[in-house]
Amino acid sequence: MIDSSQHKGSLLEVDGLSVDYGLKGVSSRAIDRISFELRAGEAVGLVGESGSGKTTTAMAIAGLLSPNARISSGEVRYRGNRLPIDHDAAMRPHRWSETSVVFQGAMNALNPVHRIVKQIAEPCMLKLGMSRGEANARAKELLELVGIPADRGAAYPHELSGGMRQRVMIAMALACRPSLIIGDEPTTALDVITQAQILKLLGELRSRLNIALILITHDLSVVAECCDRVMIMYSGRIVEDGTVAEIFAQPKHPYTRLLIESIPNPASGKKIIRPIPGDPPNLVNRPSGCAFHPRCPSAMGICATELPSLDKFGQGRVACHLHRSSQHDKVAAHA
Amino acid sequence: MSRRIGRILLRAVITLVMVAILNFGLFRVIPGDPASLLLGGARTSVTDEQIEAQRQNWGLDRPLFPDQALDYLSATLQGDLGYSFKFRGRHVADLILERLPATIVLVGLAQFIAILCGVMLGVYAGWRRGGAVDHAATGVSLALYSTPSFWLGMLLVVIFSTALGWLPGYGAYSPGANVGSLDLALDYLRHLALPVTAVALGLIGQYVVVARAAMSDVVTEDYMVTARAKGLTGGQMLMRHAFRNAMLPVVTLITLNLGYVVAGAITVEAVFAWPGIGGLTVEALNARDYPVLQGIFLLLGVSIVMANLIADLAYGLLDPRVRQ
Repeated sequence: MIDSSQHKGSLLEVDGLSVDYGLKGVSSRAIDRISFELRAGEAVGLVGESGSGKTTTAMAIAGLLSPNARISSGEVRYRGNRLPIDHDAAMRPHRWSETSVVFQGAMNALNPVHRIVKQIAEPCMLKLGMSRGEANARAKELLELVGIPADRGAAYPHELSGGMRQRVMIAMALACRPSLIIGDEPTTALDVITQAQILKLLGELRSRLNIALILITHDLSVVAECCDRVMIMYSGRIVEDGTVAEIFAQPKHPYTRLLIESIPNPASGKKIIRPIPGDPPNLVNRPSGCAFHPRCPSAMGICATELPSLDKFGQGRVACHLHRSSQHDKVAAHA
Repeated sequence: MSRRIGRILLRAVITLVMVAILNFGLFRVIPGDPASLLLGGARTSVTDEQIEAQRQNWGLDRPLFPDQALDYLSATLQGDLGYSFKFRGRHVADLILERLPATIVLVGLAQFIAILCGVMLGVYAGWRRGGAVDHAATGVSLALYSTPSFWLGMLLVVIFSTALGWLPGYGAYSPGANVGSLDLALDYLRHLALPVTAVALGLIGQYVVVARAAMSDVVTEDYMVTARAKGLTGGQMLMRHAFRNAMLPVVTLITLNLGYVVAGAITVEAVFAWPGIGGLTVEALNARDYPVLQGIFLLLGVSIVMANLIADLAYGLLDPRVRQ
């Protein structure tokens, strides 16, 4: 593997990335000028409700956008080099060798007519140039690594439980020793116990093998289990970015705060879940200013007119007029 | 696995017995007394005593169930399908076996061509959905699918036989052709060309439509995104992941169509006077030759049941999900 230290520890840089989806002449912006960095071996959660742009962000990084998506601004750099994320064939050498994806294996992400050992061995043969025998041996090692007996490799996906299939997906993602794994809601559709086991496994393996992780989820408690850092997305933009400890202890953005308050916590005796009032924003016709202002309990006059930028705040970043630094006179006047 | 095969086989055997019983019943409810038909029908003057003697001679005076039915079943099991009315004294089984090869050559070859072209075209159209090939193939297929193949046959005869005079449009051999020579083989192939084309064209549309639908379902499956994420090329995605999944409904269609190889081209055979089972069926119908028709119906029933049996077994080989 290439030494990643030469880029100041930065494995991935997303710089001003915007993606539009065109549908019957109407274009809607799924993500809007997203910027963030990811260090080698770092685990970051990407959290947001449906339509917040978290999956589009992840698929753009993996170069797996659908044909009706258009990258309208920005770029993605991997180890300092620009990734050809809008060019399918040019992305091919990067795929799985550098960035692999853990899809929802519990659903239909595994091919139903092939034995699982064959599906894990496939990228080893195609990407690492292994012979069939070597690839099968590696696939069996990987199965053992994720806690599946090697002789279960002869099974077909439908013969395994949802949790086992998710383990197979993780084994497959590790096949070519990538530096970055994208987990696309890997524990959705699993029961809570299995979910915890899978997250533990994913967290252990990636820190042992020093693999960076981008975990997409709508569930903040999942992030708490296995991420160092979390980015909260709302309506196609990052609204808050910080360490897990920081965000849970002191959420800055009102949306983050409401998200955390909406997590049911049986230990505290709180029986009522507090939902966030209002509906997710329309992506074709966004609210003016801060997209969250119609639902925000702390909204001010400026929130409806001016889009807050994502500025450094303490250890992390936040995009909210409540937390603008004092050099902005307009905010001071309102505060 | 073996329990599933056992169940499939048992079902096939039960269906075959039902087919045979229905076939027996069907020809007993058709109006017309076999004894008087044997003696030349109502046109000649035969006495009641003569008819009665014939009835006793053939066992027709005994009750239909169970006596005659059991006779029929046991004779059928021994390969005895009775005697033809039209071709006096000839065994029905012999007549059918004589005509069977011509039909198998005609429909078998047409199926082979239709499967090869239709599946390739359909798979490509579904893979590149919305492309030029897709639009062309879908349009032509739907047109062919909805056109009766005998009409296609007539069109081919009018164009290539009557107007252009390139190919013969009638029979399997030219009159007076040399027996056993190379010319004879060529002559046979020239006669085969138009009927095979007519049957194949009628089938291609079906394969294109089914293969395209199956493939366009497969390309939207999650495992195709996984394959793309793994860095596979388009060709690798098609051959390693998409093709086999798309073949599941196609293989079912192919094996079910195999059942119609023996009787799938009755109208086309009639148009081209092809000396196969289809031609025999039409001749037997015109002559009210019930024993021959009964034999052909039985053959058709048996081959369709067998084709279903093969389809069930083949599906298990291709799709691990149905093996349990």
